[in-house]
Amino acid sequence: MSAVELARRAETTAREGRAAIEAATTLDELADAERRFLGKSSPLHEVREAIKTVDGSDRATVGKALAAARSTLEAAQDERRAALEHDAAAQAATRDRLDLTLPPREYRRGNLHPVTRIWRELEDVFVGMGYKVAEGPEVELDWYNFEALNFPPGHPARAMQDTLYVRLGDREEVLLRTHTSPVQVRVMEAQAPPIYVVAPGRVFRRDTLDARHSPVFHQIEGLAVDRGITLGDLLGTVEAFIHALFGPDIQARFLPSFFPFTEPSVEFAMSCVFCRGAGCTVCSRTGWIELGGAGMVDPEVLKNVAIDPEEYTGFAFGFGIDRLVQLLYGIDHVKNLWDGDVRFAGQF
Amino acid sequence: MRVPLSWIREFAPIDAAPAEIADALNQLGLEVEEIVEPGREINGVVVARILDVVPHPDADRIRLADVEYGDGQLRVVCGAPNIEPGMVVPFARVGAVLPGDFTIERRKIRGVVSEGMLCSPRELGLGDDHGGILSLPADAPLGTDVREVLGLDDVVFDLSITPNRPDAMGVVGVARELAAHFKVPFHVDERAPAPLVQELDGARVVVEAADRCPRFVALVARIEMGASPAWMQHRLALAGMRPISNVVDVTNYVMLERCRPLHAFDLGKLAGRGIVVRVAADGEAMTTLDGVERILTRDDLLICDAARNPHAIAGIMGGAAAEVSPGTTEILLESAYFEPQGIAKTAKRLGLRSEASARFERGVDPNNAGTGAQRALALLRDVAGAQPARGAIDVYPRPIEPARIHVRTERVNQLLATDLDSADIAAYLTPLGIEVRDGTAVVPTFRPDLTREIDLVEEVARRVGLDHIARTVPSSPAKIGGLSPRQRDRRTATDVLAGAGYDEIYTLPLVAPADLARAGVGSGEVIEVENPLRAEESILRPALVPGVLRAAAFNAAHGAQDVALFETGTVFGTPPEGARLPEERFHLAFARTHMVRRAPHEPDRPVDVYDATAVLFALLGELRIAGVQLDAAAIEGFHPARAARILLDGAPVGHLGEVGAAVVTALDLAGPVVAGELDLDALLAGPRIDRRAHVVSRFPASTIDLALVVDDRVPAAAVEATLRDAGGELLEHVQLFDVFRADALGPGKVSLAFSLRFRAPDRTLTDDEVGRLRQTAIDAVRTAHGAELRT
Repeated sequence: MSAVELARRAETTAREGRAAIEAATTLDELADAERRFLGKSSPLHEVREAIKTVDGSDRATVGKALAAARSTLEAAQDERRAALEHDAAAQAATRDRLDLTLPPREYRRGNLHPVTRIWRELEDVFVGMGYKVAEGPEVELDWYNFEALNFPPGHPARAMQDTLYVRLGDREEVLLRTHTSPVQVRVMEAQAPPIYVVAPGRVFRRDTLDARHSPVFHQIEGLAVDRGITLGDLLGTVEAFIHALFGPDIQARFLPSFFPFTEPSVEFAMSCVFCRGAGCTVCSRTGWIELGGAGMVDPEVLKNVAIDPEEYTGFAFGFGIDRLVQLLYGIDHVKNLWDGDVRFAGQF
Repeated sequence: MRVPLSWIREFAPIDAAPAEIADALNQLGLEVEEIVEPGREINGVVVARILDVVPHPDADRIRLADVEYGDGQLRVVCGAPNIEPGMVVPFARVGAVLPGDFTIERRKIRGVVSEGMLCSPRELGLGDDHGGILSLPADAPLGTDVREVLGLDDVVFDLSITPNRPDAMGVVGVARELAAHFKVPFHVDERAPAPLVQELDGARVVVEAADRCPRFVALVARIEMGASPAWMQHRLALAGMRPISNVVDVTNYVMLERCRPLHAFDLGKLAGRGIVVRVAADGEAMTTLDGVERILTRDDLLICDAARNPHAIAGIMGGAAAEVSPGTTEILLESAYFEPQGIAKTAKRLGLRSEASARFERGVDPNNAGTGAQRALALLRDVAGAQPARGAIDVYPRPIEPARIHVRTERVNQLLATDLDSADIAAYLTPLGIEVRDGTAVVPTFRPDLTREIDLVEEVARRVGLDHIARTVPSSPAKIGGLSPRQRDRRTATDVLAGAGYDEIYTLPLVAPADLARAGVGSGEVIEVENPLRAEESILRPALVPGVLRAAAFNAAHGAQDVALFETGTVFGTPPEGARLPEERFHLAFARTHMVRRAPHEPDRPVDVYDATAVLFALLGELRIAGVQLDAAAIEGFHPARAARILLDGAPVGHLGEVGAAVVTALDLAGPVVAGELDLDALLAGPRIDRRAHVVSRFPASTIDLALVVDDRVPAAAVEATLRDAGGELLEHVQLFDVFRADALGPGKVSLAFSLRFRAPDRTLTDDEVGRLRQTAIDAVRTAHGAELRT
């Protein structure tokens, strides 16, 4: 073949090969086209072999045509391969699709009891205010629950608390503590002032579990005994924790009251967190929510634990946790706290 | 204590608005529970007189009444049986409003138009009496608003009085407080009876128990029994007491006014016209006014006649025998002071509390016994035509003197954070009846609660007002807050359980024996409650699992069969040797029931014991507790072959496993159920894995697998422990990855496949070394457990 013929052959092959490559619809068809137009038996290969027979300047002409044909075919091949691979990936993606809106594999956290939540919050607030957390037994001796707290036998204040007694020891000697205050006595027995503790805990009264009552509930007690503690310190401390828990807009109110183990005694309330003092059903339209009782530790109590009331003074306060829990979470029925109903537990 | 404002004003001219007075009472520590304005809901009801009563033309039970009411006459239809001409009644004209926002309209009743309504006490909100129309005093001016006539224009403060304030159990005491607060004069008439005599119209008083009855005043009077006047009845009703008769009403009136309980005896029925005050004999019986026979003891004090027949349980309640009655013509009026604790004790034991005992047990004023009796006599003259015998008997061998208390100004200021001088303190205390001179306060006997300096500090605080004390916070270097390690660990334990998907519950620590029985917990002594209200709350729980299972049953009964629950709390055991209190331990218990739902990704599966052990090991891992082993054991209430004790360094600290079929059935649970209980106190006392850094090797590991055939009864954990031991420090990790049973292994045999990863910190292990380690491991388990390599 002449040089002209060879060059034309290359051009023809390039044109036909390009059409075949572009017509390939699968990677297999593409490979087939490649073999036919670029492989060892392709016309281009023949041209390449025949080039040796061409002389001088014609040889360059054929060589140029051959390179152009290869370049054309390779470009077409690359382009087609990319397109086909893209299509294949797209198909695979469709096939491997997962519906992410299906319910997830369960990684469920359990719920803390609402009382635990508020209990911890209270502890954390008081820890932040510099108090340690004290504990005491739930079954107590009359001495700690009453006598050391200045409730002598037959004292009318004992009648305020319906006590559950335990069948141990002498008659009415061992009881289920009616308040967390015995922890005050135990702490003061065990430790010399300065004392700054809170004592959250379980307490008992002679009641039956129903919507409004429970024989078991929770209180938190606070005790500070140090040199120079004043009534102002008590009022300020109560106000500070009310602010810490409910924000600075909530006010603390104090009224004189009576407890055998404090003198002077006060009861404290906060302005209603729901109506901000305007009056609503939660606060019985008074604008105030009564929280608990407090006072300066009675000198008799200090003497009972061998602390000199002339050297040290102190304050104590206490309030119910359950009522706070009910209030904050809108729990109407006390019984809900004790059923262990998972439908209830999941709400907090 | 219900205190009408009009009554307060008899002793102190207070003109503040009711809301302001209530606020003052609260600030004084006399807590206002309710402000009652009985007439607030009544409008337009006036006094009328019935002129004529005629039958209704078409009805038997109802009649027609013509009434005049000051401005004219009208005809009303009335169904009450007690109306008659001349009767003065409350008349609600058309347009009047009655309690309950009930507006009177012109109405046709059985064809006759009624121009209003005559009112029963109930219709006016005056109690429950609906038996007839209320009869008003005959001299009540016609046309007057009934609120005025009935005293319903009054305001009543319902006070909750703390046990330390007997003085505030009387109107006079409340008035004294308010007078001090509002800085207005306070006056009460305190004339004492005179002369004092030994014998009064033949009546004598012998007090045998002077320690229990330090003072006994007796007056004698001839009286005419009858009803007390309307003003007195209305006032008693406002104060919450039912009118009874003129004599009884007077004693109640003086009690309410002055916290001075009195008792009137029918003198004619007192044998020997005498009084003997003595203690009861053990087993002595007496029937009180309420018709109940009371069995008495030597701790009870009796008021008897000269023949020693009991006529009253002193200070608490009288008896029927010498009760004043319509036939009484002569009374002996008792005005005594009884020792408070004795009254409290008797009242408590008998479960008998009266208005009188509530006052005596708080401590009434011994020194108003005479003046109170004299006040009663004055009232009896007015309302019962009393003709008193001249003088009074007063048995008061050792008069009780006012307390004298030293008050240090600096102590007051130190406690209250105030800056008062002695004159300020005196000025605060004087209006309360407390005179202060040269640092000494003289406390009147109506304030028995004030016995110490600190008590007067409180009085000053009340007078200063708590709102006027600066609020501060103590500042001390000793104020360092924090939770103890144990408290933090308890929180961690709770968080681990919640993190593992368990819901925290609280169950009552007071349980029923049946709860324990249902949970299969039968043995062991329990702590019993002496006075439970019901059997369901009669023992202190010895374990938590029964309560948790009961809660699971509650959920199952409400449609939630797949639950995971846990509780932490105190359990109670018998007192340790020498202790008076039960042993209290802080436990953690959990239970998981029925199925673990994993749809739609994997099939659901029933819960099994590995759910229980997973919780345990999660807990141990987070708390870094080492040395815990499981020891297959029979546990009460659990499956006989699927339960284990939890041992900490060999000592039991709890158990877990699959709950027994009988318990699952008894609680109506959907099985399977797994549960566990841990003594957290004991567990937390155990050794912890140090938080210490170890070098992480840069060299490659060599891993070998061993399939070991052992007897089925050999615990896998024991084989693993042996491998660990044998591997020594170069053994980095052991993992049991397959458990396989087959006949081919031989009867009662199991194959345990372990993967062991060895690594040295400082070099690459050679094949030789690894081979030796492998052989050591194989030899060790062969020796310890008879394990053979599976081929």
